[in-house]
Amino acid sequence: MSGRVFLLGDGVSTDAIMPGRYNVTTDPDALRRACLIEARPDFTETVQPGDVIVAGRNFGCGSSREHAPLSIKRNQVAAVIAASFSRIFYRNAVNIGLPVIRCAEAHRVLRDGDEVSVDALTGVITTPTTTLRGEPPSGVALRIIEAGSLIDLIRQGGWAALEGEQRVS
Amino acid sequence: MGTITEELFSRRLGHDVRAGDTVIAEVDVAMAHDVTGPLAIEAFRSLDLPLWDASRIVFNFDHVMPANTVAAAELHRVIREFCVEHTITNLFAEGICHQVMVDRRLARPGGIVVGADSHSTTYGGLGCFATGLGSTDIGVVFATGKTWFRIPETVRIEVRGALPRGVYAKDLALHVIGQMGADGADYCAVEWGGEAVAAMSVDERLTLCNLSTDFGAKTGLIEPDAVTFAHSGDDPFELRPVRPEYLRTLIVDAERLRPQVAVHPSIDNVHDIDDVSGTPLDEVFIGSCTNGRLSDLAIAASILSGRTVHPRTRTVIVPASRGVYLDALSAGYIETFARAGALVLNPGCGPCLGRQHGVVGPGERVLSTSNRNYPGRMGSPDAQIFLASPAVAAASALAGAITDPATLEPAL
Repeated sequence: MSGRVFLLGDGVSTDAIMPGRYNVTTDPDALRRACLIEARPDFTETVQPGDVIVAGRNFGCGSSREHAPLSIKRNQVAAVIAASFSRIFYRNAVNIGLPVIRCAEAHRVLRDGDEVSVDALTGVITTPTTTLRGEPPSGVALRIIEAGSLIDLIRQGGWAALEGEQRVS
Repeated sequence: MGTITEELFSRRLGHDVRAGDTVIAEVDVAMAHDVTGPLAIEAFRSLDLPLWDASRIVFNFDHVMPANTVAAAELHRVIREFCVEHTITNLFAEGICHQVMVDRRLARPGGIVVGADSHSTTYGGLGCFATGLGSTDIGVVFATGKTWFRIPETVRIEVRGALPRGVYAKDLALHVIGQMGADGADYCAVEWGGEAVAAMSVDERLTLCNLSTDFGAKTGLIEPDAVTFAHSGDDPFELRPVRPEYLRTLIVDAERLRPQVAVHPSIDNVHDIDDVSGTPLDEVFIGSCTNGRLSDLAIAASILSGRTVHPRTRTVIVPASRGVYLDALSAGYIETFARAGALVLNPGCGPCLGRQHGVVGPGERVLSTSNRNYPGRMGSPDAQIFLASPAVAAASALAGAITDPATLEPAL
C-alpha cells in the first residue's frame, strides 16, 4: 500500500502527539481526532489510510501514554519512520501492532506530501525516485509484530512463546 | 559481577546476566494510575486470564484527582470497579503515584517494579530497578506477573566533590541532561554515584532517578546504603557495581555547578541561571514527582517565609503526597505558603501536565520544578516553560521573574 508522507521534526513528544488535555479517555474515536491536534492541526483532517509519519530523532519521547501510538494507529497510518524512537513509545507501538521503522536519513530525504510505500517487515521504503533501507523491529519485538500484538502473542502461548528469544550470556 | 542492573537481575534470576541479554522476569509490583490504568484494564480483560496477584497490583488516582470533568470521573469509576471485582486494596488517592509507592514502601531496595508511567524510574533512588511501560505491557503483568526486559547497558554519572550551597540534585540532573542531550541515555540504565550523591538525602536521590527518564534512560539507579536502609526499613544488604563495564562514564565536578534552568522548548536546552535571570513570569509551580517532597517544600518555605509573592506571578504549590502534606503542615510550611500568597493545592500531579489546574495560556511564561517543558505540556502550546529547582522557583515567585536565590535582598 502506498500513501503520503507527513513530515515532522526531532523530539516529537507524546505530549505533542496526544496532549494531556485530550487523553482523559480510552475512546478510540476521541483519541483518533486528537492525534497531533496542536503540532499538526491538518493531520486528522487530511490523513488517508496508508499514509506515513516520518520524523527525526527521539520520536515519542516523554510520557508513557499508550494513547499516543493508539491515536496514530486509529488514523490507519501504515508506519512511523523515525531516525530514532524513545524507548517506551517504540515498545508501545510494537505491542499494539503499529509498524515502526528506524531510518537515519528518511526525514532528510523525504518531503512532506511525498508519495511513499513501506514494507513494515523488511523496512524497505520506496518512493517513485528512491529506495531507502530502514531497520524494522527484531528479536522479541519482531515476534510480537509477527503475532499481531503483545495480547495476541500471550494468547497464542503465553511467555513460553518467547522461550527461544531468551538470550543469556 | 557487573553494573548495579546486572548485579540486581543476576541475583533475582539466580544466574548471571549481562547487558544485551533478553530475560523474562517476575516483578514485585505493577503500578498504573488514573490515565494509564483504564487501558491496562482493557488489555488485561482482552487476555481472558485470571489476575496474577491482587496484593502486588497498585492503582493511584493522581493525574486528575479529584476529577475535573465527567470523562475523568469515568476513568476513576472504571478503576474502582475493577479493584472491587478483583479485591485489589492498593487503590490510593493520596498524591503522586511515585511518592505514594515510596511512602507506602511498595518500592524497595533490590526490587523490580514496573509502572504505567514514564517516571517510574524514580524508585531507583532506593536501589530498586524500576521502569516505565505502556498500558498493554502492564495489563499483561496483571495477568502473568511477568514482563520481558533487555538488560540495558549502563551510563555512569560520577559526581565528584560537594554541591555548593544553593545548588541541588535538580541542578545536577539538569546539568547532566544539558551535557548528554534529551536522548543521551536512550535505552540505558543510568547509575548515579560519587561523593555528592552519597551525601544526598533519599528525597534528592529520588529526584535524580526521576529525571533519568527525561534523557532517555530505562532506569536510574543509586547504590543502596545506610541512608537508603534507614529510610526503607529493610535489613541492609550490599548491591553495588562489581568490576562493571560502562557504556560511558560522565564525570561531573559538583563544586563548579551553578543553579540551572532548562529553557523552553526542550529539557536539554540547559543554561546557568545568569543567562535567563530577569525573564518575567506569569506562573510558578512548585511540586511534581521531581520536586514535591518535604525537603523541596522546606527550601521553598525558607525563601518565602515572611515575604509575599509578586502580584503578577500566580504561585501554585502542590505537596507530592498526603504524607508530605501532613509533614509540611506540622513544620508550618503550608501556613508560610498561604501567608506568602501562594495557592496550595491537594497532593497530586497538579499543573505539571496541563490537565487539571494551573493551566497556562498563550504567550505566558511559567517556571516549574517539574520535569517536562515540551510545547503544550502545561496548557497552551504557545506558552513557554522553564524548569528549575524549588529554590530558584521560590525566589522567582517573589521577584516575578527568574531569579537566583543568592541575589535576593536581604540575603538569605
